[in-house]
Amino acid sequence: MKPAPFEYHLPSSLGDAVKLLDTLDDARILAGGQSLIPMMNLRVVTPSHLVDLGQLSELCGINETASSLRIGAMTTQRQLERSELVRTCCPLLAAAVEHVGHQQTRNRGTIGGSLCHLDPGAELPVAAAALDAKLKVVGINGPRALRFEEFPDGYLTTSLDPGEILTEIEVRKAFPHEGHAFIEFNQRNADFAVVSVAILVTVVDERIGQIRIAVGGVSYAPIRLIEAEAALAGNSADDQTVDTAEEIASAVPCQGDEVSPAEFRQHLCGVLVRRALKQAIERAKAA
Amino acid sequence: MPELYPIKVQVNDNIYERLVETRMHLADFLRHEINLTGTHIGCEHGVCGACTVLVDGASVRSCLMLAVQANGRSVTTVEGVAAADGKLDPVQSALSKHHGLQCGYCTPGIIMTILEMQRDGGGCRWTEVEVRKALSGNLCRCTGYQGIVDAALEVLTPAAVTNRKSMRT
Amino acid sequence: MAGSRFPLWLGVSQPRVEDDRLLRGAAKFLDDIRVDRALEAAFVRSSVGHARLLKVHAAAARAVPGVAAVFTHEDLRPVLTYDRIPLALPSNAIHFDVDPPPLAYDEVCYVGEPIAVVIADSRAIAEDAAALVEIEYDPLPVVLDPRDGIGRDASKARLDCPNNLVARHVIKYGDGPTAFNAAVHRVKDCFRLNKGGGHSIETRGVLARVDGEGRMTVWDSTQMPHRAKAVLVDVLGLSEERIRVVAPDVGGGFGPKAVFHPEELVIPAAALKLGQPVKWIEDRFESFTATAQERLQIWDMEAAFSAEGKLLAVKGQLFHDHGAATPYGVALPYNAATNFIGPYVLPAYEIEILMCLTNMVPAAPTRGAGRPQGTYVMERLLDRAAEELALTRDEIRRRNLIQPQQMPYSVPVVMRDGTPMTYDSGDYPEAQRRVLAATDWQSFPERRKAVRREGRYIGIGLSNYVEGTGRGPFESAAIRIGPSGKIMVSSGATAQGQGVKTMLAQIAAGVLGVKPENIHVVDGDTDATTLGLGAFASRQAVTAGNAIFLAATRVADKARKMAAHIIEASADDLEFSGGRIVVKGAPDLGIGLGEVAKALSGMPGYSIPGGLEPGLEATVDFQPGTLTYTNGAHVAEVEVDPDTGKTTIARYVVLHDCGTMINPMMVEGQVLGGIVHGIGATLLEWMRYDEQGQPATVTYADYLLPTSDVIPRIEIYHMESPTPLNPLGVKGAAESGTIGAPAAIVSAIEDALRPLKVRIRDLPLTPAKLRTLIAKARETELRQ
Repeated sequence: MKPAPFEYHLPSSLGDAVKLLDTLDDARILAGGQSLIPMMNLRVVTPSHLVDLGQLSELCGINETASSLRIGAMTTQRQLERSELVRTCCPLLAAAVEHVGHQQTRNRGTIGGSLCHLDPGAELPVAAAALDAKLKVVGINGPRALRFEEFPDGYLTTSLDPGEILTEIEVRKAFPHEGHAFIEFNQRNADFAVVSVAILVTVVDERIGQIRIAVGGVSYAPIRLIEAEAALAGNSADDQTVDTAEEIASAVPCQGDEVSPAEFRQHLCGVLVRRALKQAIERAKAA
Repeated sequence: MPELYPIKVQVNDNIYERLVETRMHLADFLRHEINLTGTHIGCEHGVCGACTVLVDGASVRSCLMLAVQANGRSVTTVEGVAAADGKLDPVQSALSKHHGLQCGYCTPGIIMTILEMQRDGGGCRWTEVEVRKALSGNLCRCTGYQGIVDAALEVLTPAAVTNRKSMRT
Repeated sequence: MAGSRFPLWLGVSQPRVEDDRLLRGAAKFLDDIRVDRALEAAFVRSSVGHARLLKVHAAAARAVPGVAAVFTHEDLRPVLTYDRIPLALPSNAIHFDVDPPPLAYDEVCYVGEPIAVVIADSRAIAEDAAALVEIEYDPLPVVLDPRDGIGRDASKARLDCPNNLVARHVIKYGDGPTAFNAAVHRVKDCFRLNKGGGHSIETRGVLARVDGEGRMTVWDSTQMPHRAKAVLVDVLGLSEERIRVVAPDVGGGFGPKAVFHPEELVIPAAALKLGQPVKWIEDRFESFTATAQERLQIWDMEAAFSAEGKLLAVKGQLFHDHGAATPYGVALPYNAATNFIGPYVLPAYEIEILMCLTNMVPAAPTRGAGRPQGTYVMERLLDRAAEELALTRDEIRRRNLIQPQQMPYSVPVVMRDGTPMTYDSGDYPEAQRRVLAATDWQSFPERRKAVRREGRYIGIGLSNYVEGTGRGPFESAAIRIGPSGKIMVSSGATAQGQGVKTMLAQIAAGVLGVKPENIHVVDGDTDATTLGLGAFASRQAVTAGNAIFLAATRVADKARKMAAHIIEASADDLEFSGGRIVVKGAPDLGIGLGEVAKALSGMPGYSIPGGLEPGLEATVDFQPGTLTYTNGAHVAEVEVDPDTGKTTIARYVVLHDCGTMINPMMVEGQVLGGIVHGIGATLLEWMRYDEQGQPATVTYADYLLPTSDVIPRIEIYHMESPTPLNPLGVKGAAESGTIGAPAAIVSAIEDALRPLKVRIRDLPLTPAKLRTLIAKARETELRQ
């Protein structure tokens, strides 16, 4: 399983990377390589050019603002996992990263790479959806910003223009009285999720304030359960509300495959939303 | 003509300068360019862990890293684990003692993974559940994992970790 | 028999002599072997399940720089004696042979079937060129189900075969009809077990080199180098002295590497044609469709029970997926159908085995070789009957287990080798008693109830099994002591991780009073032993172990006689110690083994003293009379999440009896490894095909192997019922873990879900499938 031949480019600045991608035909960005290289080894993709962002230190790092964390796209999952900042300011992201692959893949895999690859079983896109992450991209026409919900465009496809590079992911810090939960279903602990659920919920005076529910594995990209969010906001944070959430979640239209058919995923969606919501509410009450 | 790229990489105690095909992955570089065949290939798509090496001290699936990406870096393979005088590292001895290897094909990758666990988990008490989770990125078809887990538990005691000589990086 | 006579070296967990080089990364697996000027191969394989092969366009591939050749069947045929590889094992049951071609011509019959081989400077270039080979197919319908495939309207899986029923065999004894009429209870059910593979972490590979004198060396990651050589001699038309086959370090076998695959012929043929060494290393993606797999069987069975729950008779049909060619004859379903009987008294049995040709990769043994399926079905039927008769699962088994006083117990079934199936030794009720005593079996119902109040579902399951081991006809072992004192052992046995070198060295060292690490062992090399078979069917401890024991004993006796003559002592007063033969109680009086060997090697003109024959060596081809039966019992505790269908194995206990254990540590390693294969087959591993015969699981992202986090700590308890059938009293141990596991786990899952009345039949039991069963069961309950 050797990849098809390609030309390798190692730009030393973001500007050079952008220029390169603008001029090269049939080029792919190489970040951590944990998703791209298996596909290339299998010859599922055969790009003529690889542009390695490994030298772009400006794309690494986690910076704190008053209300958010700004994470460079080339920050590794391992760095996220070990970051005290992420653990304390954005516990949902910390919880999601724990489920991502194995040590060996987290050492190389990046948050940007995971988001741009957009595997339906991947955890970071689901967390990004729940967090309403803001993305910064740079292309030959300059930088632009977009919200995560505008980012997915199809199966393994983002809305980025060819030649655009994701440079930063900004996630908000946890609100006061906010609880989080990230739960996924798989057969072995480190597998891609069959279905995964990320929930953020604020609870004040026993009532639900803000709530965000994102689900992965039921469609080509994470979906937000907008209907459920609207139905639950303002409700009292009790078992009945959790029942309502499960009911709505079990009716979400799903795509499936032979091992995990749509029906099964739909059912899991309900089960996981129930479990995640319970957990998030408990955490919110304790916060 | 295949695209060739110059790299300079430290592997264990030696520095190698080579011209490599850009598409050659690190595992093939180690095995065929510098003839360190201890690192094995089991799947070439990043699941089995047989190809695990340490790059700048961190465990990596060498089949998912291009050799050109190792330029300027330091790689540790299984051949670099035993002491200079040939004495087996405690991780290696423990694996033998607990019958944590049979065919030996996955063993180098497992050794490198356990070495990282030792370094990272310094001082902590590892439970069996945690050990099994940390080892879950290395497939073994022979041992049923039990001997490997027992070996890891033995070398992950705080005393064993403190005694560990500093890693070559 | 064993135990009293045998000194301290038997039953010792001798550290393995193999380990040091493996731990240092100094082993030489196939791809580690460096041969000058070796070219590398990549195969072009069928991308359709079944088609007429019209044309292969290789011109563009041949033109790629760095490509030495692209060969099709036509190109290789001049160096082959036949169009097909004669692999079929003899059997009266087989209706027609389906020997595979080395490269397909006229027709392709499974996705992955090799059509052409590209030989180039590197694997990468070979793959580049392979991508340029265009194949013209005329697609044909595919056969994918072993039951439908022998139905009246089934299409042909192969145009060159009269129909899809490759073999039909009936095993029958006793008076079934009367028994069924007398039956108070009947249990009828249908079970489907799905396909899976061995998946050793090292894939297959072949490296062939012809030297300047026309002699070919083939390094082959195989379990059976002697068989490979025999095939090459036959099909390449080379005489024996011109071929050597060597199994280097092999990274796991488990059955698939025991089978001769087409590539093992194509690569040597290509090396012959090109006059240059050629190497092929299978990649993992290829392995999913190029390497033999098995387990796909449909069992349609009915069992008759008396009022007390005693088995009266079983009848049924076994539809076996044979795959697209015959690498292994009827062995698999035969093993399954006979192992079905298990350690139970079954007065009447009739099973019709139907082997169906399909358009999937040929079926050949993976660990268990059909036996896990048989055990699974019997244990399911017993559980079912227990439920209907309101007996506990252990009680119904107790009532049916063969009693120790009935041993040796003859089952009226004739084995492949013509001998009747006889369980030689073992105490089956005691095995079950001990495993249950080691677990919470008796108190479990309390715990299950208590835990259910928390809304959790736990269950416990039991299975009993036997395994026929030590398959013949023979295995070779030779031992030689040289004048330097070095002890050399060679054997036709082969190693893929089970510790063959340690086993042989431990035995020889024990007999001769030396350290095992000082013995030089050569295995898996047709130059080192002329005759041999190799690893399959849990046989090598029995065959090679006894062979080396007898050979070492012979050498020891001769050495003693010679030493007695030289030092003028009585042979009975001598013993072996530290590489010397010394007088008991007076260790200074003695002679080194090397000196004895020297004396026996002769001086020109002088006769060998003592009237002995020259040489301190012996070769034994040990022929086991018939199979010897290992047995055991497994207990699994599981927790099931009924909302997700996920099963967690919380505890696993096994009682294992493989007779005399040579090296208990290694025996346990085999049991543990085997159980994990069984867990995989039960919950995770599923080789899937779509309706066009396209494989759906071709990477480890889709095909799930057990990882360390889903395996519990496994507790092993031993019994030793030595067999009277061989001098050491040993039985095989390599596959029994796999055989007992699926039944125990499924029994536990059903136990956990008993209030939901879930019935489990098919494997693997994925979460989605279990969820569906739970949902259906709940629906049924609501309707009632």
